[in-house]
Parts: sequence; C-alpha cells; structure tokens
Amino acid sequence: MKDGNERVYKITTDRIEPDALFGWSLKPHHGAVVTFAGTVRDNTDGRRTLRLEYETYAEMAEAKMREVGVEIRDKWGIEDVAMIHRVGTLEIGEISILISVAAPHRKNAFEACSYAIDRVKQIVPVWKKEIWADGKREWVERQS
Amino acid sequence: MRIIVKCFAGCKDAVGATSVSVELPAGTTVGEAFAGLIESYPALGGYDRSVMLAVNRQYADRQAVLEDGDELACIPPVSGGAGPQ
Repeated sequence: MKDGNERVYKITTDRIEPDALFGWSLKPHHGAVVTFAGTVRDNTDGRRTLRLEYETYAEMAEAKMREVGVEIRDKWGIEDVAMIHRVGTLEIGEISILISVAAPHRKNAFEACSYAIDRVKQIVPVWKKEIWADGKREWVERQS
Repeated sequence: MRIIVKCFAGCKDAVGATSVSVELPAGTTVGEAFAGLIESYPALGGYDRSVMLAVNRQYADRQAVLEDGDELACIPPVSGGAGPQ
C-alpha cells in the first residue's frame, strides 16, 4: 500500500491502533502531525448502540482514498497523508478510521486533515450498520 | 450484452444479493440499467434519487453507455467512518 511518496491508503479488518500511522507520515522537515481517529460511539441522539458493522466496496474504496490524497497534494502541497479504514464488526470505542497528515506547519496540517475526513465520507464507498441495543439493525444512510 | 451489478448496504438488502448478472440491449445507459433494476427489484426504488452509480469502479453519469462485461455498482449514500453527519 505504501507508494513512492510514502502515502498509505488501506482498508483492513484488523484492529487499528491510535499511533499506527504516525511513522508513515512524519519526516524530518515536518513540524506538525495531525491525526484524526473516528471511533464507534455508544449512541446516536440518545438511542443506544451495541456495535457497528462496516461494509465496503474494497476495490473502489482504496482508489478513492488515494484520490483524496491527490486532492490534498493539489490544494496544500502536502505529500504525506495516510489513512486506514477498518471494516467488519467494531465494538464501542474502537477506531473505525485513522487519518494522519504531516506538514512543515500545523495550520495546513489541521486544514488538510479536516478536509480529508469530510471527503472520505463523501466519496469513499464504506457503509455502517447500526446494531441497536433494542435489537434493530439499520444501515446509516446520509440523504443527499 | 451482459453486465454484472454489484449491490452494497441498503441496495444489497433491496436486491437480496451482493451481485446479479443482467442481460441488456446494446447501447443501454447507466440510468436505463438502474431503472430496469428498479422494475425487477421494486425495493430499490427508494434509492432512485440518492444512489450513486459506478462503472468499473469509477463514479459514472446516468447518461454513460454501458458495454458488455461492465461492472455496475449501486452505491447508496456513503456513511464513512466516524461521527454524525
């Protein structure tokens, strides 16, 4: 998954550790690494969630994550972006997505990381199903 | 011509399968193919406005013309990895 510019874009079923991407993005000329971790929340608007099940169109998802990396390079000149998205069954508090952006200065790194998660949620084909505590199971679908 | 349709999340539930093979006349567009799927699987109708369609793993316009062997994917609005919208 690592390409010539040290970027990594990966779908995995394995547990994601919070520092998994730190070493992928950091270089000696950087002064900032911004990492975003999306985690499984135990409720939505007060309704209790037991766990989430994630599904993906894997062949397309990694290509679309890579595309987000290209957009970031074009907008901010930032080369060092890495992201991992976990699929399968995730328990409360586990990390579903980890994004790491490293840059010489923090402002661009914060902006680019925020942009990255927004774009992932728009174009990367990953879906989550809520397994509610009341026994119901529902796909979470953003109405566009 | 024959294409493969891949279905995900709610679209998969509507069709009852992760993929189906469909026979179509030459020149069929992406939009026409999806309309045909709604006829076969009425529960897909709820996705007519919100679904994104991809051909061979690239998002495609409904006007795009399909070719034999294409992989058409029905992609409900994606929810991504984290947090509320």
